[in-house]
Amino acid sequence: MPKNHNNKLLTPELLKSAVIDSFKKLDPFKLWKNPVMLLVELGAAITSLVALASVIIKSGEPAWFPGLVSFWLWITVLFANFAEAIAERRGKARAESLTKTRSDINAKLLANPEFESSFEVVKSGELRKGDFVLVKAGELIPGDGEIIKGAALVNEAVITGESAPVLRESGGDRSAVTGGTKVISDQIVVRITADPGEAFLDKIITMIEGAKRRKTPNEIALDILIIALTILFVFVVINLYPISLYSIHSEGKGSPISITSLIALFVCLAPTTIAALLSAIAISGMDRLFRKNVVALSGKAIEAAGDVDILLLDKTGTITLGNRQAVELIPLKPFTAKEVAEAALNASLADETPEGRSITILVKQRFGMYMKTMPSKEKTIPFSAQTRVSGAEIEGHLYLKGASDAIIEQSKKKGCSIPDEINEHVSRIAKNGGTPLLVSKDHVPIGVIHLKDIIKEGIAERLKKLRLIGIKSIMITGDNPLTAAAIAAEAGTDDFLAQAKPEDKLRLIREYQEKGLMVAMIGDGTNDAPALAQADVAVAMQTGTQAAREAANIIDLDSNPTKLIDIVETGKLMLMTRGSLTTFSIANDISKYFAIIPAAMSSVYPQLVALNIMHLSSPHTAILSAVIFNAIIIPLLIPLALKGVKYRILPADKLLAYNLFVYGLGGVIVPFIGIKLIDMGLALFI
Amino acid sequence: MMMILLFDILMIILLLLIVTLLVKPLGNYMAKVFQGKPVFLSRFLRPVELLIYRVSGIKPDVETGWKRYAISMLLFNFIGFLILFAILIFQGFLPLNPQRFPGFRWDLAFNTAVSFVTNTNWQAYAGETAASYFTQVVGLAVQNFFSAATGICILIALIRGFAHKSSKHLGNFWVDMTRSILYVLLPICLILSLVLVSQGVIQNFSPYVHSSLIDPYHTAEDKTISEQVIPMGPIASQEAIKELGTNGGGFLNANSAHPFENPTPLSNFLEILAILLIPAALTYLFGSMVGDTRQGWAIYWAMMVIFVISLGVMFWAETKGNPYVQVPGVTGQYMEGKEVRFGIGGSALFATSTTAVSCGAVNSMHDSMTPIGGMVTMVLISLGEVVFGGIGSGLYTMLAFVVIAVFVAGLMIGRIPEYLGKKIEPIGMWMSVLIVLTPSLLVLIFFTIALITPSAVASILNSGPHGLSEILYASLSMSNNNGSAFAGLNANIPFFNILGAIVMLIGRFIPAICALAMAGSLANKHITPPSAGTLKTYSLTFVIWLIFVIIIVGALSFFPAFFAGPIIEQLKMLAGGG
Repeated sequence: MPKNHNNKLLTPELLKSAVIDSFKKLDPFKLWKNPVMLLVELGAAITSLVALASVIIKSGEPAWFPGLVSFWLWITVLFANFAEAIAERRGKARAESLTKTRSDINAKLLANPEFESSFEVVKSGELRKGDFVLVKAGELIPGDGEIIKGAALVNEAVITGESAPVLRESGGDRSAVTGGTKVISDQIVVRITADPGEAFLDKIITMIEGAKRRKTPNEIALDILIIALTILFVFVVINLYPISLYSIHSEGKGSPISITSLIALFVCLAPTTIAALLSAIAISGMDRLFRKNVVALSGKAIEAAGDVDILLLDKTGTITLGNRQAVELIPLKPFTAKEVAEAALNASLADETPEGRSITILVKQRFGMYMKTMPSKEKTIPFSAQTRVSGAEIEGHLYLKGASDAIIEQSKKKGCSIPDEINEHVSRIAKNGGTPLLVSKDHVPIGVIHLKDIIKEGIAERLKKLRLIGIKSIMITGDNPLTAAAIAAEAGTDDFLAQAKPEDKLRLIREYQEKGLMVAMIGDGTNDAPALAQADVAVAMQTGTQAAREAANIIDLDSNPTKLIDIVETGKLMLMTRGSLTTFSIANDISKYFAIIPAAMSSVYPQLVALNIMHLSSPHTAILSAVIFNAIIIPLLIPLALKGVKYRILPADKLLAYNLFVYGLGGVIVPFIGIKLIDMGLALFI
Repeated sequence: MMMILLFDILMIILLLLIVTLLVKPLGNYMAKVFQGKPVFLSRFLRPVELLIYRVSGIKPDVETGWKRYAISMLLFNFIGFLILFAILIFQGFLPLNPQRFPGFRWDLAFNTAVSFVTNTNWQAYAGETAASYFTQVVGLAVQNFFSAATGICILIALIRGFAHKSSKHLGNFWVDMTRSILYVLLPICLILSLVLVSQGVIQNFSPYVHSSLIDPYHTAEDKTISEQVIPMGPIASQEAIKELGTNGGGFLNANSAHPFENPTPLSNFLEILAILLIPAALTYLFGSMVGDTRQGWAIYWAMMVIFVISLGVMFWAETKGNPYVQVPGVTGQYMEGKEVRFGIGGSALFATSTTAVSCGAVNSMHDSMTPIGGMVTMVLISLGEVVFGGIGSGLYTMLAFVVIAVFVAGLMIGRIPEYLGKKIEPIGMWMSVLIVLTPSLLVLIFFTIALITPSAVASILNSGPHGLSEILYASLSMSNNNGSAFAGLNANIPFFNILGAIVMLIGRFIPAICALAMAGSLANKHITPPSAGTLKTYSLTFVIWLIFVIIIVGALSFFPAFFAGPIIEQLKMLAGGG
């Protein structure tokens, strides 16, 4: 993806600042968020004191032993801090590229929401919700908002990385603009919809920086497990001391286990590896998504994405290129083509949607007609999701256009007859995946408009891939069932919901959730907002309305609905990485017991040599090797934590077997080898 | 020798086969009982059940949430404790006391009452020299039923938590309690008692029998002993529930090693069967009640695999024995601490069963086993009593292990972890971790305190690593509500009585309350229907993973203690030092 978010994984500056951060994070008041590491730091401090004391008093074990152990314990904490810092720094680096655009912009604060209104120039930071601003060509939009007047080409590269400008216009689903983006042509009046600090860009930045990251229930549950095991190991180690005293007493020889050995054992047993890498895994998950041009506003949503069973896609703008185009005007008997064209034009005059405009364009192209008089505001009938018709009253006549059943319903109410041929036209158009609109003049149906949907390229293959990973896709549309079926078939969705009103979408989601299914919803329109708010995973298009974006928990900057596949993969990857490293971390303990216990108790029970199955050269090097292995495994696994374990599309059972083999069995065996190698190295010096 | 070995192995296979065959019919029967469906005994028992409800004012149709359920359970057990405590203290004033035993000392009474209420049945007294028939029958035996039924109730509530969908109700404690006893425990006990009597287990209220010795015995102090006292009592009625309810508190001090409790190889076989029967069958009940029997079987086989491995190691260790005992022309099996009529097979199987299941009855002295054989009993207890485990408690602890295993496995396949369609959230994890780790923490704390308390160390009979094992075993046994003793430890001192009682209480009721709390939170959740990506918790892969988690989380904490106790003892023995 040739986007500006594709930074290099590691740069020297990044590494340098991460190293500095690692030292800053040694502050216990910052470390308390990671209790396991806080305990390791405490252990490092105690062993440092022991080392100091044994230098001064010269008693007990040689001073180099606690010295080296404490050195490696400090290193352990630093490595853990580094893992977190490097992930944060990468996020920050990306955020900083965004922050540059956030610096104060001069805004033209309007007294009234009119182009001609007087304005004063203020800083963007002073703008509040509900303010109106004027933005002209070449200027930056000072804050998140909604266009209430005009249309403009806007360059949103700062957010999407896409340099081609997009059209933003008042009315319809493309009215939202984002602070920091640039108007290329024309001028617009924008109503500000976010207070400073709460704007879209601000949210993105805090999410990427990882500063305000809230832990997901899942992470909390894992924390509980890790902390509980750590507490257990504290008691295991405490218990070892009286055991050694008892043994000395009954054997009449040996010396008690030193504090250094006890702390070394504790640190090796505690799940330090996973504790060190947890936050890096979470932050890098967000980061990975951002590199794919997806901004997750909550970690929970990403995790939930990994579990999605049902995907609801709003047809318009997600499956099809947002704008349907009028391609045909069919007169109903006894009306002429020209009469239909005139009625269609009049009914569409006030319609600012691309569909409405495509009708006026078609009429102009085919019949050379232009609008004569713009209807006054009171005489226009705006489209509503309830009536599903729109139109205008012009020269004493009421022109309406809308879904055929909606128009027929209204006409029937007024007692007008409905010609049978309507059904023929409507079903023919619908069967071909088009959208039939009916036009009426004073409630008399006079013609049918054929709107054609244009399905986005490659969507069928993407939806097929979704099906492969077990996600059922459902298209939601306001169209009639025939049209919906044709488009659904062409796009390859598993099911569709036709003639859907906002409450239908909401009800559908609730029904699935009642059944215990995880529902994802992709939408962009204001009428999608309630459904988005209800869905477990709500993806809004960056091109969508402000309401949709606020209801969503994931924003797709590319406005590409099949991004869900990437989101699902990232969600799974984060969970898998977490689970695999936890398994690895705990499986490591077996070898560490075998390294440390025989060594620590060797002075009382020389027979325990039989259990020194790694043949470590001396008790001190054995313990030290385990500590060193425990420390260096952290940086060795940082790349894995950042990149995630390899995701394979496999049945659950096979995937589990595979990961258990690699991280479970590997977690048992690898440390035996690692500790042995380190011991061999140490034996050369000690 | 080969013949004995073959006989032992055949007996073991036969027993495990019978257990496996009985799992489904008994599990099915119990599932129906707790779902209120009619069973073949309903004709006789339903009127009795309704009468009990009417007399005691139980409203059988009222279901309660987890808090009410827990409070009922605690209240019931507290009253049971008070009554038993009073009986023990005032034993001297109560009837059915032909030997005129005085009341228990308060610390012993406290320990004993707690011990029987918590289904531990740790016995710091010797039955035949301290407890009257009234105490045995009205006090201890009644609690044997109640504590076993309590375990079943808690389990049933937890299972309902998994099975219910968006509900706040877990059933009615009083109904579950009544049904556990009436439909499950009493009928099986009745049959088993009769069979045991046929084998020679005694049942009477007679005074102890004094009989003259044919060959009077002269002690070192130059005293002549010409008479022996043979204890009597209503043993058969108590023997059955001792095993069935995984209680383990013997009528006599020698427990099932005594011929009056366990006279023949057949009675031994049946007692082992009784120990394993209900805990094993509960796995099927679980599968049946959650609507997928594969889930129950998966847990059953995970338990069985650990059981067979443990039994194999113990059997191997005991068969090998101590090489240095057998050197100077000594032949035969390593029989120290074992009854001749049971042999190595009957003893190893009993020892494995009684420690795998949190029973605590013994038919041989675990103290006299080879160090590795003794370690197997300790490992089984340290796993948290989940290999079949205590009646009810074994399976609810196992389910907590399953939740932990599912959590990590679920993460590993990239799903938000769920078990039986229920998402595992922080509250579930908290409860599971508390259920699983509370006993382990208790052991470590108890063990640490005991090792630094002079009076505790002084009551150890043996020195060296073996003495360490004796204290470790006591800590494990009380914290995990097993109740068996390693022997070799004089546990009737205030230190062990009081601290032990506290440990037993915490070890029983904290996990129990957590299981109910978890049930409450689970019942409230949706059930996600399984899909292609759902973790199959009945697959072989998952069973292997579950075993791994149980061993790592359960036993790993005691590695250092095992190293310094039985393992070093075995090494020293092999080196000829022990």
